[in-house]
Amino acid sequence: MRGMSLIVQTVARLLAGMLFLFGTYIVLHGHLTPGGGFAGGVLIAAAFILVSLAFGSVEQTERNSYTLSSVVESLGGVLFVSLALAGYAAGTFFFQGAAAYGTGTPLRLISGGIILPANIAIGIKVGAGLFAVFLALGASRFVMKD
Amino acid sequence: MIELYVLLAAMIIAALVAIEIKDLLAAAVALGIVGFSVAIMFILLQAPDLAIVQIVVETLTVVFFAAVILRTTNSDTTVGGFRRELVLPTVVYVGFGLLFLLVAGQAMAGLPGFGNPTMLVAREYIALGLERTGAGNVVAAIILDFRGYDTLGEVTVLFTAVVGVLTIMRRAGRKGQGAEGRG
Repeated sequence: MRGMSLIVQTVARLLAGMLFLFGTYIVLHGHLTPGGGFAGGVLIAAAFILVSLAFGSVEQTERNSYTLSSVVESLGGVLFVSLALAGYAAGTFFFQGAAAYGTGTPLRLISGGIILPANIAIGIKVGAGLFAVFLALGASRFVMKD
Repeated sequence: MIELYVLLAAMIIAALVAIEIKDLLAAAVALGIVGFSVAIMFILLQAPDLAIVQIVVETLTVVFFAAVILRTTNSDTTVGGFRRELVLPTVVYVGFGLLFLLVAGQAMAGLPGFGNPTMLVAREYIALGLERTGAGNVVAAIILDFRGYDTLGEVTVLFTAVVGVLTIMRRAGRKGQGAEGRG
């Protein structure tokens, strides 16, 4: 797809990193402040979508990002299910988070048992999944020829 | 609660504008007003988690719409006007809507008041959330620990949706136009 004007490209260059950082922050602090894996994952996807809308891309780049993002999306799902299965490894039940990981000191960054790793898994999954959907719906090689 | 009704009225007006306006980009912006009003409602009802998700998703949706409109066409080509074969379906639809509102009004009157849930389990989650899971955000404690199965189902739904979109949109299995070359 084609890129956009110089103004859009400059703003996107300045904003994309901050968007990505903010998304990561929302994912990692999901157990302490409002937010979590889904909101942060959408923000991370938005950073990628901003860059690809502003700068455009050639077919080979789109093909590579598409493959990579659908693989990462599946990996996020596998990670989430294996977190749930880790309850068995700890000798308790499916999704028995607190028993398997310990709760840690409340209100610290490393706390909340299963919640922090599960947020990370969902963030990876949502971010990569939405970007893959964006590429499939919006990229020129699928829908139309520019 | 008056601000909720003001927002509701604004949403209905924006939705009507989105349907009636001929410029598709303006219609997408009007739809954005509906979504962001929902976000403001979530903030007013003290649900910041949902508000963040709503704001981010709504922004992304408007960007999606704008990107598609800029790449395709900007004018609404739907043909309006009176058609005789639509009279009976419209009458039936409006009649059913009125009946539904009547029944729903009766059912709503029987519900417990705002902020007084009948489910006692929620009180338990709020009281024990910090102690049992160690998470400061009680919403995260509920959706990822107490009700982890629900989130697993949600993840499955999202995965299915993504796989569905990618399957429909892929070029490999498509015959005819756009199928030339590799893929």
